[in-house]
Amino acid sequence: MFRNNYDNDAITFSPQGRIFQVEYAQEAVKQGSVVVGVVSKTHAVLAALKRNAEELSSYQKKVIPIDSHFGIALAGLASDARVLSNFMKQQALASRLTYARAIPLSEIVSRIGDKAQVNTQIYSKRPYGVGLLIAGVDSRGPHLYEFQPSGVTQEMVACGIGARSQMARTYLERNLEVFADASREELIKHALRALKESMSQDKELTVDNTSVGIAGVGEDFVLYEGQDIAEWLDASFDSRGQTEGEGMDVDS
Amino acid sequence: MASILPGAPQEGIGYSFSQAAPNAASEPRQHSFYPYSDNGGTSLGISGTDFTIMAADTRNVSGYSINTRYSPRLYLIGGEGPENKGARIVLSVVGFTADGSALKERLDNIVKMYKYHHGKPMSVSACAQRLSHLLYSKRFFPFYVSAILGGLDEEGKGALYSYDYVGSYEREQCRSAGAASSLIMPFLDNQVNFKNQYQPGSGTGHNLQAVVAEPLPRERVTQLVRDAFTSAVERHIEVGDGLQMMIITKDGVQEKYVELKKD
Amino acid sequence: MNHFPETWGRPRDDVYGPYNHGYLQAPAPNQHTQSPIVTGTSVVAIKFKDGVVIATDNLASYGSLARFTDVKRLRKFNERTVIGFGGDISDMQHLDRLLNSLSIKENYQHDATDEEDTDGFSADNVHTYLSKVMYARRTKFDPLWNHMLVAGLDSDDEPFLASVDLLGTTFSSPSLATGYGAHLAQPIMRKVVPDEDAVDQVTEEQAVKVIKECMKVLFYRDARSLDNYSIAVIKKEGVNLKLDEKLENQSWQFAERIRGYGTQVN
Repeated sequence: MFRNNYDNDAITFSPQGRIFQVEYAQEAVKQGSVVVGVVSKTHAVLAALKRNAEELSSYQKKVIPIDSHFGIALAGLASDARVLSNFMKQQALASRLTYARAIPLSEIVSRIGDKAQVNTQIYSKRPYGVGLLIAGVDSRGPHLYEFQPSGVTQEMVACGIGARSQMARTYLERNLEVFADASREELIKHALRALKESMSQDKELTVDNTSVGIAGVGEDFVLYEGQDIAEWLDASFDSRGQTEGEGMDVDS
Repeated sequence: MASILPGAPQEGIGYSFSQAAPNAASEPRQHSFYPYSDNGGTSLGISGTDFTIMAADTRNVSGYSINTRYSPRLYLIGGEGPENKGARIVLSVVGFTADGSALKERLDNIVKMYKYHHGKPMSVSACAQRLSHLLYSKRFFPFYVSAILGGLDEEGKGALYSYDYVGSYEREQCRSAGAASSLIMPFLDNQVNFKNQYQPGSGTGHNLQAVVAEPLPRERVTQLVRDAFTSAVERHIEVGDGLQMMIITKDGVQEKYVELKKD
Repeated sequence: MNHFPETWGRPRDDVYGPYNHGYLQAPAPNQHTQSPIVTGTSVVAIKFKDGVVIATDNLASYGSLARFTDVKRLRKFNERTVIGFGGDISDMQHLDRLLNSLSIKENYQHDATDEEDTDGFSADNVHTYLSKVMYARRTKFDPLWNHMLVAGLDSDDEPFLASVDLLGTTFSSPSLATGYGAHLAQPIMRKVVPDEDAVDQVTEEQAVKVIKECMKVLFYRDARSLDNYSIAVIKKEGVNLKLDEKLENQSWQFAERIRGYGTQVN
């Protein structure tokens, strides 16, 4: 039987030049529920689909505000994301403390990139099993970055990661041209519609399973959940308007 | 405050550069560097039934020189971002301003991390105890500051905590700290806690009926604070320029600034 | 050669006598600065409606000896920040190295020549950084013996002026001066800018004029000062730093009336 000899640790290359453990970590990202991010000239928006493990349980945390100017959305191992978000919170506060300035997004992203890369060069470590979208505003304007377990970070115009996220990315690619000049409300609409694309046909976005995080020029990063997003959900999906309103029955 | 700093260089006005002539042919001097200075200023806090008022003057001095006429001594603790949006706790620090702002930044960080980890703001009583620990953690190289912490407790009542340099603390109705505290505190004892006030005509000696202290309304307290500071400015050279006030109620923190004499 | 590694590369004991291990250790414990050695005197600065003017003279004194007469004590950090140093010159040079590595780190991540790139440090960021350095060193009982003024523009392009000293004490004011300047120059400047509102009425020419006046008064009355000075104007358009200026229109006529010493003993 075939056995892969090159995945016993996260630092050994296969003869084809691949590091299997890193690729497996990237698979873990695909297990997480989908999150999308979009950025315009004035705003950066994160939208996430929250899963509950069972009917009786609460929904998982998908969007985490880090500092007043940025936040993250995660797909994959939530516990690994917590380690990274705690690190980012600490780095953001340190920048405020030492220099009295909001840490530039490019800087915080390259710091977690470096942190993740180290895990692919030390024998006893494993890569982070989580992908992140980092969205916010710094002195150069709004930004969206993607972070992968390999340590790769990229600035994006729009991005989706997590389970079935290909559908969301297809939606985003189709609407790419309109994002730059989109208004705040339009941008949220696009984020929610992209999110919806990735869900199976019988599922709906509801006030319970959706998180939205927004930052803008002159507007702090704020996480919106529950009834605060009802209007956006109604506005984003035409069919909603005709039914009785938000909080539709999902499982019937 | 200078009187409680043993070893503080007494001669000379400034502190930035050594003024004393090096005593010739003596053994090498050890630790001529003195790590503290006194930047003057006075703070004051009074708590009511549903509010707390914090106040401090904004003059910053070293010796007889005025460094600046506006350096705030009241700080919002917690809340969101660098502007501390939504904060409900106010800290005042008087004494050595470098220690003061270091202390404030440490406490602010702790309260913000508490919110991040627990998803709810820290209570004033918890914050008060944490501040005591912060001060005591430098028991053998203290922060040279008199701190007063104000906010609203879990029942919505005004809460006020006062501290010594190394973290002893208690909850009080009113407290003044800093350069002119000895001028303001007796005034407060009389006007807030009604000390030495008796019912007119209640008799003499042991028959005297003390006036019972009761929480004062906000307007009355605001006026007391302004009177206390205008009087202190008259008699203390380290107090003046401006008065910064923060009024904490369930609706948030309202900040006011009033001019004081600049002489 | 023998098999004792500790003797390798050392003079032979049988030829030169036993090796003195005392040479390996420092002769005395590390010392902290207890007082400044070579010092610079006052720094003066004032805000005006579009920016800040800052000046120092070019003298570094060794006690009462005017030791170095061409020491620049103004340092440009970037296009919107200038720092003026008073106090120990070697500690100033140490801080200069710290600031150099800071700006290299910054410019590595951001393009300083890019007009759009506003991520770089503003004057308030530099001031906060310096205050943390100074406070950390005083807390270690190993202070950097300086009193600095940081002048420039903040992140909103508003005039920024603040002070930090060897204890880590910080404060900000429409006009600031260190050392003797706090006694001699500050009253002159406060007449022009008594408060923050007055700053909007002051033009660049007025600000430069009052700073030059202050430098003159300081040269008259501060024995550790020089008539060669540096002056910088920081505005949105950038920094105009002149490092070799000479005091103008001095009048020593008052000296003729001084009696009791010098040529006129009685």
